[in-house]
Amino acid sequence: MFRFFLGKLALIIPTFIGITIVAFAFVRFLPGDPVMLLAGERGMDPERYKQLLIQFGYDRPIWVQYFDYLMGLFRGDFGVSISTKRPVFQEFLTLFPATLELSMFAMTFAVLLGIPAGIVAAVKRGSIFDQLTMGAALTGYSMPIFWWGLLLIILFSGMLGWTPVSGRISLMYFFPSVTGFMTIDALLSGQKGAFTSAVQHLILPTVVLGTIPLAVIARQTRSAMLEVLGEDYVRTARAKGLKPRRVIGLHALRNAMIPVITTIGLQMGMLMAGAILTETIFSWPGIGKWMIDSISRRDYPVVQGGLVLVAGLVMLVNLVIDVLYGLINPRIRRQ
Amino acid sequence: MQMMKTLLAATAIVAVLAGAASAKTLVYCSEGSPEGFDPAPYTAGTTFDASSRAVYNRLVEFEHGKTSTIPGLAESWDISEDGLEYTFHLRPGVKFQTTDYFTPTRDMNADDVIFSFDRQRLSDNAWYEYATGISWEYFNGMSMPDLIKEIVKVDDLTVKFVLNRPEAPMIANLAMDFASIMSKEYADQLEAAGTKELLNQQPVGTGPYQFVAYQQDAVIRYKANPDYWAGKQAIDDLVFAITTDAAVRRQKLEAGECQIMPYPAPADIAALQENADLNVGEQEGLNVGYLAYNTQMAPFDNPKVRKALNMAMNKQAILDAVFQGSGQVAKNPIPPTMWSYNDAVVDDAFDPEAAKQMLADEGVTDLSMKIWAMPVQRPYNPNARRMAEVMQADLADIGVKAEIVSYEWGEYLARSSEIGRDGAVLLGWTGDNGDPDNFLAVLLGCDAVGGSNRAQWCNEEFEDLIQKAKVTSDMAERTKLYEEAQVVFKREAPWDTIAHSKVFMPMSKNVTGFVMDPLGYHRFDDVDIAE
Repeated sequence: MFRFFLGKLALIIPTFIGITIVAFAFVRFLPGDPVMLLAGERGMDPERYKQLLIQFGYDRPIWVQYFDYLMGLFRGDFGVSISTKRPVFQEFLTLFPATLELSMFAMTFAVLLGIPAGIVAAVKRGSIFDQLTMGAALTGYSMPIFWWGLLLIILFSGMLGWTPVSGRISLMYFFPSVTGFMTIDALLSGQKGAFTSAVQHLILPTVVLGTIPLAVIARQTRSAMLEVLGEDYVRTARAKGLKPRRVIGLHALRNAMIPVITTIGLQMGMLMAGAILTETIFSWPGIGKWMIDSISRRDYPVVQGGLVLVAGLVMLVNLVIDVLYGLINPRIRRQ
Repeated sequence: MQMMKTLLAATAIVAVLAGAASAKTLVYCSEGSPEGFDPAPYTAGTTFDASSRAVYNRLVEFEHGKTSTIPGLAESWDISEDGLEYTFHLRPGVKFQTTDYFTPTRDMNADDVIFSFDRQRLSDNAWYEYATGISWEYFNGMSMPDLIKEIVKVDDLTVKFVLNRPEAPMIANLAMDFASIMSKEYADQLEAAGTKELLNQQPVGTGPYQFVAYQQDAVIRYKANPDYWAGKQAIDDLVFAITTDAAVRRQKLEAGECQIMPYPAPADIAALQENADLNVGEQEGLNVGYLAYNTQMAPFDNPKVRKALNMAMNKQAILDAVFQGSGQVAKNPIPPTMWSYNDAVVDDAFDPEAAKQMLADEGVTDLSMKIWAMPVQRPYNPNARRMAEVMQADLADIGVKAEIVSYEWGEYLARSSEIGRDGAVLLGWTGDNGDPDNFLAVLLGCDAVGGSNRAQWCNEEFEDLIQKAKVTSDMAERTKLYEEAQVVFKREAPWDTIAHSKVFMPMSKNVTGFVMDPLGYHRFDDVDIAE
């Protein structure tokens, strides 16, 4: 097992270095540079431009810049944002909990609704429910997030007044951030109504961000269930006279869940992409919005650091999953 | 005893509730996050609204709602005969804000003024590079390093700026954001604690509101500065709710989650104006959008050819297509809200037939040209690609073939500055300090050729007028010189002046005292909420 773990770890190091190269090169391949954008229409005389390039260290050969950057990473130094002048890692730590909280809510929403919907659609294959659910799933999957978000805001916040328009909590509440998770911080603050307000603010963004994973999970559950329901052992279970609920819930579902769980894992990565748009619409102060702003400002350190940190986290999650697979299934371990 | 305790507790609760009820909170749905809270290293209006205009003051201030200047932290000033010495007499008894992180022990004085400028001016100053990658863009952009020879403390309440050359816009420059006065005492405290970077995160100024907290990309909180020298504000708590999407800002305003918002989407303006609960403030922006020919390249070096092209383009149609009612036709290179705007200037009439004839008279046939369309949205040009397309169609009507080109923004700015550039460039400018010099010299002066003078135009007569105006302190004389310069500009036509944008500011009906600012600031001093 230890060798298996070491093997996985050994793979991670070149992947990580690859990511640093991609992140480093990505921003530099974009036309335009941060110094030019700093001046805008105002323009900058060439001497001053050169001086600033030197100050930021962008005058040095590209490989020297990369090596410097890589060495910084090993020291845990992700650089300083050109725009805010604050350390990138510090900004990431401030903003990441907001993205994580929203992603977790969205995923829970997608799983809690998607799996039962998929099961029922499979069991009642061909019924009106099946057709409606799958039709809705296809619509949900094809919905542009931006449009969907605005539509919900206009309907539920604007016309009906049921939910707040945007933000993480009502501005009435003001307490220090302890964990960065607004729901937890609201509880810790002890302020009456704060938790409810935080949850209310989560409803629409959760629905918007959770819609695509919900659609994917529902469809995946349905097709996995359909496949399993046709298997011999299910027929055997039925023939033994087991109650349909027990056949579906115990025998079929458990086996159908394997591809569904893989899908959920893959959707976690997709959530990051969806979070960028969702955060922009709902003024949600997370890393999605942070990265978008930084790309348009060509804030090299933030874009690089953000990419490396997010990719690093995804790799870490994958490593944990790989190791867990190995623990659960000895066949994988031996491969 | 128990009874007594209960009574006391009840009284305390009532007192707190009463306090809470009377506390006035104004929520402003701002359009973006500030980059920091020290205004001097930055150039963005969003940053200035959150820092310099709320928290700080300057020696001189822009008059509320105007581009003229009035005394700020300096009660008065004298300018020497030769225009080289500016002596400022500081307002006595001005207090810096007392916050959780700083308690001032003295009033604002000359040391604070000198500190505020020396940190940007002297590379050996301990604060010159107080955070990684900090640079003083506006201070440099306004040529302050060459202009200021020295700053001398005459006494605690008198400071003298000695210049290398006379510069009439100096006073207007000192009302700009980079000239905000910081507390030297606070800076010393940060330096001693080894936390200099906090100067950009926890500001201390003398302004109407003091900083309370900032949750990145979400909320900025301020409260009224109780010691404000011009009197405590009526608003107790000022909150910036950062909302980047214009459609969402509108929803928040209509739902009562904020009371005022900037930059509505042009398509929403009519609906907002019809909303009975809202007022929509309206003003011309201090900007100009233009098409700059390269006047150093044939046949655009011929003023008549430029004039003919200007006459071929239907500006009203451009405005209808691109601005959707949020702009007005420009005839001068400076906006109408600026002093010295010459309203007597007559714009080139839209007359394709005459334009065609003029080109033929100049022997220009089968003309092909490029029109550069900016890749970004700006207030002075919300859709450059669309604008270029309308121009292309108009030019085709007189037989001129126009090709539309575009580059990434940074590259666009760099390439469009080149003297040998091929084509006419769509661009614009938003004023910094309300001084005409900030438009005419920056965009059309000989020094700016190869830089921000995209027409690469250097006209002796025009240059002479603006240079004279730059060194004259007499307002009436300056006005006359700039008016004349605008006449020369129109005659020579280095640009097609296209539009000045209109700025809209929807707000709840109970917001009072908000003044639309021609410089584009969003200021909340003197704003109140009717009960």
